[in-house]
Amino acid sequence: MSSELQIVWVYPDLLSTYGDRGNMLILQRRAQARGIPAATVEVRSDQPLPSQGDIYLLGGGEDGPQALAAQRLIADGALRRAAGNRSVIFAVCAGYQLLGGSFYAKGERCTGLDLLDLTSDRGPSRAVGELAGDVDPGLGLPPLTGFENHGGRTHLGPGVKPLVHVTTGVGNDGVTEGAWSNTILGTYAHGPALARNPALADLLLRWATGEDRLEPIDDTWPDRLRAERLLAVGR
Amino acid sequence: MSDEKKLPLRTALAASVSRTAAALSRATGRGDGSVIGGRIGMMIDPQLLAHLAEGRQIALVSGTNGKTTTTRFTAAAVGVLGEVATNSFGANMPTGHTSALARAGSTRYAVLEVDEHYLAQVIAATRPLVVALLNLSRDQLDRAKEVAMMAQLWREALAAYPAIHVVANADDPMVVYATGAHPPAEVTWFSAGQRWQDDSHVCPACGGHIERTEDGGWACAGGDLSRPEPQWRLSGGKISSPDGATHEVKLQLPGTVNLGNAATALAVAARFGVKPEDAGPRLATVSSVAGRYAQVERDGRRIRLLLAKNPASWLEAFDMADEAPTLLSINARDPDGLDTSWLYDVDFSPLRGRQVLVTGDRAMDLAVRLEVNAVPFSHVKTFGEAVASVPPGRLEVIANYTAFQDIRAELDRVL
Repeated sequence: MSSELQIVWVYPDLLSTYGDRGNMLILQRRAQARGIPAATVEVRSDQPLPSQGDIYLLGGGEDGPQALAAQRLIADGALRRAAGNRSVIFAVCAGYQLLGGSFYAKGERCTGLDLLDLTSDRGPSRAVGELAGDVDPGLGLPPLTGFENHGGRTHLGPGVKPLVHVTTGVGNDGVTEGAWSNTILGTYAHGPALARNPALADLLLRWATGEDRLEPIDDTWPDRLRAERLLAVGR
Repeated sequence: MSDEKKLPLRTALAASVSRTAAALSRATGRGDGSVIGGRIGMMIDPQLLAHLAEGRQIALVSGTNGKTTTTRFTAAAVGVLGEVATNSFGANMPTGHTSALARAGSTRYAVLEVDEHYLAQVIAATRPLVVALLNLSRDQLDRAKEVAMMAQLWREALAAYPAIHVVANADDPMVVYATGAHPPAEVTWFSAGQRWQDDSHVCPACGGHIERTEDGGWACAGGDLSRPEPQWRLSGGKISSPDGATHEVKLQLPGTVNLGNAATALAVAARFGVKPEDAGPRLATVSSVAGRYAQVERDGRRIRLLLAKNPASWLEAFDMADEAPTLLSINARDPDGLDTSWLYDVDFSPLRGRQVLVTGDRAMDLAVRLEVNAVPFSHVKTFGEAVASVPPGRLEVIANYTAFQDIRAELDRVL
């Protein structure tokens, strides 16, 4: 990280269906609350992506835009270089799928960026509703809460770890949800995910800054939101 | 009932039973009758809507936002010519249309609000004179069709009926695309401003970028689509018609967005032969639409209710609301859509400097959103607590669908 944390929102013109701007705003706010200067950059799909960002965010999208985003990201190459430099990448839903080796959009198999060892295909039914479960103990986070809305099923390879063991909802396949490897993390959770899971936002900030711990901040409202959503699914 | 003698017997029976069921629904307090009547009638005669539409000159009004108000304005404007059948309760699916036409009896004119998903079906059944297309944007994330797919369905529906006249929004690339296969001579363009643009950065025709200019112009970088020249436009609070005349329309309903809805209504009414100067005064008589914009006095507070059901309509509500204490209420029940993520598609910063209160089933989602947006607020558990928390004077209430209904019911009980 240079003097200022660079948060890059990748292709908001294509991948911003589920309030994905929220994840960017929350990361910036939580960094600034700790005195870490943080700038946000929104990069449209007809612009070159910078490769020096600290955190890259990919959001949800409809089938056509998802396929287009994958093509343009592969052609651009910067996200792959950033991953090689251990930049942090946080991807949601369609953005999560396109980080894998392949995914399905509009009935066709599309090539992904292959930054995470996983593939996605179509499930028997659309997964719509609350999503919750216990996060990989290796990450030291409280339970995940989110809202999912996708028709995909995601199959994890040995190169990634599941993010969550599902207790409510479907996620990847009804058993696991999301995946992570090094400093790349993907999830099906909207909400947006970082609004409902501030500890996950702080994990991304710790990865990006190299800090082992961050000063606690007042999380009264996010904690009340979490408690309410987890109670709603009987946790 | 003499007006129904021309209808097939089965249709006359169905229309009559439909009216009876609607009356029963109202009398027993189970509903306003606008859906149940149509549903029962259509079970008896599946062609009931088509039969009831025969012989009438009809306008259909569809889009994601503004259709209830525009329908109300259009019905008022066409009313210059005679009695108009309309679905004024916002029951905007075929059962609601059937019920509205059956209830109205024989009228020469009808103006119907149509849910955007049902437009093709209702065009086929009613063979309208005019279809008004207002806009297409994201709505109910967990259920609604993708915006571009909706535009494609509209395009196919219109192309099948080239004789229908279309009154369409030149400012919305999705609407322009939807009208693209229709004969240009049968399209009237209007421009009423559009705040929300986040669903039309990508050209639905080619995937290229839509570039916008300061003056409201737009064009696809790939060259497939650009903003048509509008014949009706709203600028500086005045409506100009194709002959170049300008019309100052005084409305009771607030906001620029409602002036835009009025401009659209005048454009539709003009196709029926109604002059803007005759229709204008009738638009000024509309004071609320299905409880929306209604003003209610309670404990010295002048409470105004604004419905905001998706990101585009939240931006419009902020424009309509006075600089006054504001209550926001959010639910996420079935009619609202279950996913509240869209809260982050709305910039709440226009509320800074006002006293802001939050309530509703999903008040905590709102609380976190406002905190991230640096808008100070307090949480209240009930509507009554909200009223008690603000000083006498104006209280603006902005709520999504079922939250709005809850507050309306609470006010009705008191009054």
